[in-house]
Amino acid sequence: METALVYFQIMFLAVFVQNFVLSKFLGLCPFVGVSKRRSSAFGMGMAVIFVMTLASLITMLIYRGIFLHPRLAQYQLDQYLKIVCFIVVIAALVQFVEMAMHKLAPPLYKSLGIYLPLITTNCAILGVTELNVIRFTGESETLGGAVAKSAVNGIFAGVGFTLALVIMAGIRERLDSAPIPEALRGVPIAFVAAACMALAFFGFAGMV
Amino acid sequence: MFDLTAFVIALLVTAGIGTALGLVLAWGGRRFHVETDPRIQQVEDALPGINCGACGYAGCAAYAEAIVSEGAPMSLCAPGGADTAHAVARVMGAEVEAAEPKLSVTCCQGGHVDMRFDYHGVQDCRAAHVAGQAGGRKACTYGCLGFGTCARACPFGAITMSPERIPVVDWDKCTGCGRCVEVCPRGLNRVDPESYYVFVLCQSHDKGAVVNKLCDRGCIACRRCEKACPFDAIHVIDNLAVIDYTKCTACGKCVEACPKNTIVSFRKQRRARKKAREQAAQAREGAA
Repeated sequence: METALVYFQIMFLAVFVQNFVLSKFLGLCPFVGVSKRRSSAFGMGMAVIFVMTLASLITMLIYRGIFLHPRLAQYQLDQYLKIVCFIVVIAALVQFVEMAMHKLAPPLYKSLGIYLPLITTNCAILGVTELNVIRFTGESETLGGAVAKSAVNGIFAGVGFTLALVIMAGIRERLDSAPIPEALRGVPIAFVAAACMALAFFGFAGMV
Repeated sequence: MFDLTAFVIALLVTAGIGTALGLVLAWGGRRFHVETDPRIQQVEDALPGINCGACGYAGCAAYAEAIVSEGAPMSLCAPGGADTAHAVARVMGAEVEAAEPKLSVTCCQGGHVDMRFDYHGVQDCRAAHVAGQAGGRKACTYGCLGFGTCARACPFGAITMSPERIPVVDWDKCTGCGRCVEVCPRGLNRVDPESYYVFVLCQSHDKGAVVNKLCDRGCIACRRCEKACPFDAIHVIDNLAVIDYTKCTACGKCVEACPKNTIVSFRKQRRARKKAREQAAQAREGAA
């Protein structure tokens, strides 16, 4: 059993040093699209955390349990079935979240609009699952250890995404009342702000 | 070489994962079932889909939901007009009275006003309005600036600028969506039902003597219209004649009385339009 330090490392990497939005530039579509208000940004973040965690769990189980299973290893399923199966899993999870949200939190469902099903194509989700596969399938990894680390990575990748999204929403809410030139209003200034945020988060580089 | 076993294994694995997930989703669909009225989508299909917001709702989808869930009036769609109202009514299984068309009028005739200064700025009314300490370059600080912002804003191309730089509305194209009202920095445009015939084409609150010097068509608050009106429908408030359309019968007495031709009646044109529309509708029903 690895020390808790490994999990802390995973957490810190996922949230700050290698933030999925600000360091890896994944998941920019919902980042720019849902960051207009803090309430919807937070709701979107929660949905992404849920999807990322479960997707990491299930895909790692499938990868280690099925693709790399000793009896199926000869067919090298991990080489070509990985992306297809991961996407299927993610799509099903997002559908599930959509249904649950429509029933349990209709106002949030309405405010997220098209961006909720767009989580399916969010490259950050697929990015997390792929990253887990790369980082946690060494020779010395037990199945339980790999799944646990994937789950933790998934949770905190989502937390990092939410953090970036909520900060962005706060900035954009203030930009609404700022004297921005007409040509830069809306998306352009949002990207400029995002670039500044990315530079700020660059300060975490090399810490872990 | 084609390896059948590998092919079948891959197929089974993918199908197995898909099936398992499908079962989970089927359970989820039951557990989280939400009743949505299928009519909402049908009504939305009947709407034009321009998302102009003239109905007062945030786009066609929001209006469709309001119609079905909250019983909103079915004839609020200005661009869609009577055809859309009838289509929506058919979906809802109800009768509808098509709302009267609404048309845009610009309340300024731009009569030969002097310029206070040369303006070399952004050729947009909203920018020009701010110049000269929000007075604009024309000597009349209430009048049309003539840079054509409303013409560019009109989604239907119904507004063109006359040679005197005043907007001219083509009522065949105007749908009463209200975009021109939104963009005019001086609030000179107004959208009213087709049955309103008489309009005061001036928005100046300057004193009568000042207007008389500045503009040959501006309202000088002489009150002749007020005295001429048999229905007490027009009053001079704050140096400007204002028509109360709940009382106005479009008799035209104020039009005759106005010495500066500020008040104008569109009776002939609008009645002709209404007649043409009714004849076309009758021809359609006759053929149907």
